[in-house]
Amino acid sequence: MKLNNSTNNKKNIFTYWIIILFIIIFLIFPFVINAYWVDVFFFFGIYALLGLSLNVVLGEVGLFDLGHMGFMAIGAYTTAILNVNFGIPIIILIPISAIAAGAFAYLVCSPIIHLRGDYLCIVTIGMGEIIRLTLNNNPFGVTGGPNGVFGIDFPSLGNFFVIDNSAKFYYYIWIIVGLTIIGLVNLQHSRIGRAWNCIREDEVAAESTGIDVRFYKLLAFVLGAALAGVAGNVYATKLMMVSPESFNFMESCMLFCIVLIGGMGSIPGVLIGAAAISLFPEFFRTFAQYRMLIFGVAMVVMMVFRPGGIWPRKRGALQLKSILTKAGTENG
Amino acid sequence: MKIILEQLLNGLTIGSFYALIALGYSMVYGVMKLINFAHGDLFALGSYLGYTLLVFGSTYVTATLGIWGGMIAAMLIAAIGIGIAGTLIERIAYRPIYSVGRLPAVVSALGASIIIQNGIMVVWGPRPQAYPSQVVPSVMLNIGGIKITLLQIIILLISFMLMGLLYYIVQKTTFGAAIRACALDRSTAALMGINIETVIFFIFALGPALGGMAGVMVGMYYRKISFIMGWNYGLKAFTATILGGIGNIPGAMLGGLLLGVLEMLGSTYISTAYKDVFVFLILIVVLIFRPTGLLGEKVAEKV
Repeated sequence: MKLNNSTNNKKNIFTYWIIILFIIIFLIFPFVINAYWVDVFFFFGIYALLGLSLNVVLGEVGLFDLGHMGFMAIGAYTTAILNVNFGIPIIILIPISAIAAGAFAYLVCSPIIHLRGDYLCIVTIGMGEIIRLTLNNNPFGVTGGPNGVFGIDFPSLGNFFVIDNSAKFYYYIWIIVGLTIIGLVNLQHSRIGRAWNCIREDEVAAESTGIDVRFYKLLAFVLGAALAGVAGNVYATKLMMVSPESFNFMESCMLFCIVLIGGMGSIPGVLIGAAAISLFPEFFRTFAQYRMLIFGVAMVVMMVFRPGGIWPRKRGALQLKSILTKAGTENG
Repeated sequence: MKIILEQLLNGLTIGSFYALIALGYSMVYGVMKLINFAHGDLFALGSYLGYTLLVFGSTYVTATLGIWGGMIAAMLIAAIGIGIAGTLIERIAYRPIYSVGRLPAVVSALGASIIIQNGIMVVWGPRPQAYPSQVVPSVMLNIGGIKITLLQIIILLISFMLMGLLYYIVQKTTFGAAIRACALDRSTAALMGINIETVIFFIFALGPALGGMAGVMVGMYYRKISFIMGWNYGLKAFTATILGGIGNIPGAMLGGLLLGVLEMLGSTYISTAYKDVFVFLILIVVLIFRPTGLLGEKVAEKV
């Protein structure tokens, strides 16, 4: 279904320019702000990547996942342990972290994927907590207990290109986010994306049209977990250490909020949600101890006035219109 | 053998806290199909209200009412205060968004939870507070070789009384029938002449009130309260709710007590560090074999 309507074309060009503008702003950003804010925007990037990964599970398929930080923890600890103990370069560990987190998601989610709604929600919470507590208890002496693992290398390509300062990390994370967005946008318009959305809208109908619901749900979990694993890798190399408390239940809840504040299943929405969650508390630092209080009020107010999120995804409107116009021209 | 029985008693004590909090989750979920994420923090707020009364009001309250009166007054104040807070949250954060599905309410509830948590931090300070030690005389009883404190007996008595009272209200009274009708089908219940607004009001007052009383009892039992404890207890109690079958009142009680006992036995016989892992593993195993919890009925999916 090609959209060759002229108004749509104009609109596309318009959004195209806006995207270019945003990219340019992002490129020059580290030159005009100080290192502190570059770091803040780095963590915005991490939250964006995590939000995108949760969006695959929650936004596209509608599976409640409140333990998503657990997958990130798997990725981060895989990176940390393999790098510190065996000296494997970070660049090789990116796919390994993704595979580890994805494989873990496959193993853990296979038996529970048939659970619905709130039951899935508590099981994922439980899973996230099990991961965090296990890491905290230092099994076999590899996770370092509550202190975590120290001394992770910077990501580098051989010896000549090392990502070792805030600005480089900033570009690094946003390039990963950019690539992820391109991949996910393509995925949204593919057979898989349509199957996911179909499951989200009506699971029974999806199953009756021949969609393998179990397979696609697992696929979403594995893909989401793999992306979270990549985020964990970047996070671990940026902080040069990992500790279990970074992956607590509160953080998983914040990811949930990123997706819902932005708008379920909407990629620009996830970016806005990530900005809201990561930048908002920074802007309100002047309020000191009232900061999180205001944050909570903002969350409630936000949901009361825009329950669909800031930038909700328009579902199927364009496709439907083009079918109708096509049918109209064919008949008349 | 003695150790098992003592640990069983300790487990029941902790389990009764979980059960009281779980009842709030379960009641709200049963009627509204909403997970009240702010419930754990309401529980913490109840604990702090009781603390304030016992510490700052001790000269007046304990002088006029005696030690027992002071304890009961603290629990009543916590119950009333938290009941009001619960209904307020419902009015402000949940009521405007009932019509737009369930997920926005989750964010709103998390927001409310952050507000309460940080509100406690702003008012009472970020450091943990210690409950006064002499609320209940520390008497150790020895029944057939099994050691039990007076406080534990009181906590178990009060908890079971409250649970029994709630069970009676929900199962035997007309108002309870209205609550159950709303849980089955809210719009049909409205057509049958049940005032849904009143039911919702009482659900959001009664559930948190029980949580608030549990808060005071946790304060007396552990003597240390902190503003973040709502998350831990809330998570455990929510687990208990799901374990028993969410939306099911006896299920919440059973789930809570079972969770407490399992946690205690797990920490005695397996490992203290892994006791929470053990609890969540049991939950997952139960849900794999009984996807709607221990006492949850199989709900036919609407097509």
